[in-house]
Amino acid sequence: MYLYDDLDRTLVTERAAEFRDQVARRLSGELTEDEFKPLRLMNGIYLQLHAYMLRIAIPYGTLSSEQMRTLAHVARRYDRNYGHFTTRQNIQFNWIKLAELPDAMDDLARAGLHGMQTSGNCVRNITTDQWAGVAPDEIEDPRVFAEILRQHLTLHPEFSFLPRKFKIAVTAAEHDRAAIRVHDIGLRLYRNGAGEAGFEVVAGGGLGRTPFVGKTIKPFLPKRDLLSYVEAILRTYNQFGRRDNIYKARIKILVHDLGAEAFAQEVDAEWQPIRDGALALDARVVAAVEARFRYPAYKALVDNPPELAQACAADRRFAAWLGNAVANHKAPGYAIVTLSLKPEGGPPGDATAGQMDVIADLADRYSFGEIRVGHEQNLVLPHVEQRDLPTLWRALDRIGVATPNVGFVSDIIACPGLDYCSLANTRSIPVAQELTRRFRDLDLAQSLGRLHINISGCINACGHHHVGHIGLLGVEKNGEEYFQVTIGGRADENAVLGTLIGPAVPYAEVADVVEDIVAAYLELRARPDEIFLDTVRRVGVEPFRERVYATR
Amino acid sequence: MRLVRGGRIVADQYVRVLTDAPIPDGVPVIVPAARFMADAAEIARREAPTGMLWPNNRRIAELAPHLDRLALVTLEFPSFKDGRGYSQARVLREQYGFQGELRAIGNVLRDQFLFLLRAGFDSFEVVKDSDAAAFADSVSRYSVFYQPAGDRRIPALRARLQHPQTFAAIERV
Amino acid sequence: MTSPLQQKLKITGPVVVTANRLDDGAVIYRTSSGQWSTRLEQAAVVTTAAAATTLLAAATADDINAVGAYVAPMRHDAHGALQPGNLREAIRYAGPTIGLPGVLDVSL
Repeated sequence: MYLYDDLDRTLVTERAAEFRDQVARRLSGELTEDEFKPLRLMNGIYLQLHAYMLRIAIPYGTLSSEQMRTLAHVARRYDRNYGHFTTRQNIQFNWIKLAELPDAMDDLARAGLHGMQTSGNCVRNITTDQWAGVAPDEIEDPRVFAEILRQHLTLHPEFSFLPRKFKIAVTAAEHDRAAIRVHDIGLRLYRNGAGEAGFEVVAGGGLGRTPFVGKTIKPFLPKRDLLSYVEAILRTYNQFGRRDNIYKARIKILVHDLGAEAFAQEVDAEWQPIRDGALALDARVVAAVEARFRYPAYKALVDNPPELAQACAADRRFAAWLGNAVANHKAPGYAIVTLSLKPEGGPPGDATAGQMDVIADLADRYSFGEIRVGHEQNLVLPHVEQRDLPTLWRALDRIGVATPNVGFVSDIIACPGLDYCSLANTRSIPVAQELTRRFRDLDLAQSLGRLHINISGCINACGHHHVGHIGLLGVEKNGEEYFQVTIGGRADENAVLGTLIGPAVPYAEVADVVEDIVAAYLELRARPDEIFLDTVRRVGVEPFRERVYATR
Repeated sequence: MRLVRGGRIVADQYVRVLTDAPIPDGVPVIVPAARFMADAAEIARREAPTGMLWPNNRRIAELAPHLDRLALVTLEFPSFKDGRGYSQARVLREQYGFQGELRAIGNVLRDQFLFLLRAGFDSFEVVKDSDAAAFADSVSRYSVFYQPAGDRRIPALRARLQHPQTFAAIERV
Repeated sequence: MTSPLQQKLKITGPVVVTANRLDDGAVIYRTSSGQWSTRLEQAAVVTTAAAATTLLAAATADDINAVGAYVAPMRHDAHGALQPGNLREAIRYAGPTIGLPGVLDVSL
């Protein structure tokens, strides 16, 4: 993982000091709320239903064990003993007091953590694949470029007052685990026909009120040009993005209105004057950033040590977990372990301070002190020796993060919803909890295969419902909670938005509706290994619509 | 409303001519873009400095042909949340090489000073007197910057290459 | 519930003005003496758009104490006591409808 130096530390510390001053000026009345609000948003502080909410950036989802312990400390000292991991690889605390925030920011800054630009009309946390750096199907570690972009775009003087928020995602694998095609800018690092590594640049993707899959505006951009080209895109957006209507202010509207080709030409016009200037990334600069990423000194091990087979034979539950939550690693004898934060009956993506501390210790013992946060709201220990898996599993099981439901129907992605969020129409967490109870049978969950349910409590789509295999969108009808149901969405390299199956259904029936959809899938699938998404693609939405609305 | 230049509150030498009134001789003036274009010939004959008010929704490319006759350009921030002026400033300074005074007007508040300075502005019409007085303090809040901007500071990426000892990684995060 | 921060003022029953306390974000209600209380029963209740507008204006101006003031619907229950008028206000008053995770923490 990337190691901070004095410059990085100083910036975060100075930011915390500036924020302390801004809070003092707000509490004294020198700043009105109108003046203070953009400033607190740029430090990730929202006002929610019950309290302020603090969103802390976890750059490209990589955390050290020391940082995880600091998050546990913040949860205990300033909040109610737990935190929530989000769909953008950040963490949120829901009960923070404004008056205590400067102290919390100082504590975070000591561990190199901050809330900079996790809200507001600026460039947000740059996200990537939670398996970056260790996935076998990756061409190289995309986090190096995520870090280069992160630095360049932090407190950038020109781009701190954009028309609206701006989200960037990077991937370097064939299979896109970072959902780059539904981001404002998506970057795919790949090798072209000549074997040269560079970026496909996708722009104008996004969810929310007007969802779009992004358009490729540059099929191949050499690495050298990454910073200057991203700068050109932002300069184009900053000048021409709409500022008259917040619902039409994202770059996706600009790209859609101009068309991909005209938009690409505008970007090019901004790019030509700057492409050979100070932002050109020569190999030395990239190498210097790369050198500050510490990679584990992997031992020379072999796959499938005998401990694994013995443990599987001895314990069926371990075998189920091994088959579900453990993925292949690029280094022989190692494994990528996913920690499910979706226990039966639990709020998806939450972890207690106690769990965080134990996970930090386990990371130290088994994963070179490194943890990842995934956009699907689970955690990852990215460098585990396969022979340690049985012992690790017992420790994870003890703290409730070893449910073998990763990628299954009960591995639900949900926004906080009306229980916390002032923007919401409906609750979402209780729906997720109920669904984990309906689908508590892990054998059934396994037989259903990969099935992503995404729940958003409002059109802002923080639960990414548009790209859920089953998507639930909370709406209000006559003061009551209802859900619109979509099916067939996906966020990967074949990204597509889900299709509405019919009229919105009441809150009390939504879990039944999901069960009906799953029952229909079981009847309609061609083979046990045809996943839900493929069945929908093959038979269309109509059979599901019929089933759900037959008696409604 | 206070004018800050060179880090201090100063008197404004420029006179704003916002109506159709005649442009006074021998006095620095600022005129709106439309007036400047309309009376271009007369203005070209002036000896005293001339400045132009440029709106934030027009491309700098349209302003560029007139730069050699301008001692000052004002760029506006109708709301401090409207960031178009920052891009205009950088393009004006870095691509068109404007060397004259670049002034930020409109809803200019303290927490934007450093961004404005780095984007290339060198004078500021500040809404609140208390903010103007705090200018020097506000812009010294940060000693490190990641990216190159109008102030021509060396970006972090390159500074580290030049001084590896100074920026050695802290091993324990 | 559609965020009331976007709604036009349309009064069809008893309403109060509510906000969040500046220093800690706690839910508060405007009282008739121009103060704020976390107790709903101490809230000033009005029933006309004019009265609500006046109450809201005073509350909004008090931004050293309160943030995000708006007009919230209430109702009277069978005993005449003031109750939250919709689910959003009920959640604001009583807290999330779910058990919070940090209560039963893992022993280390």
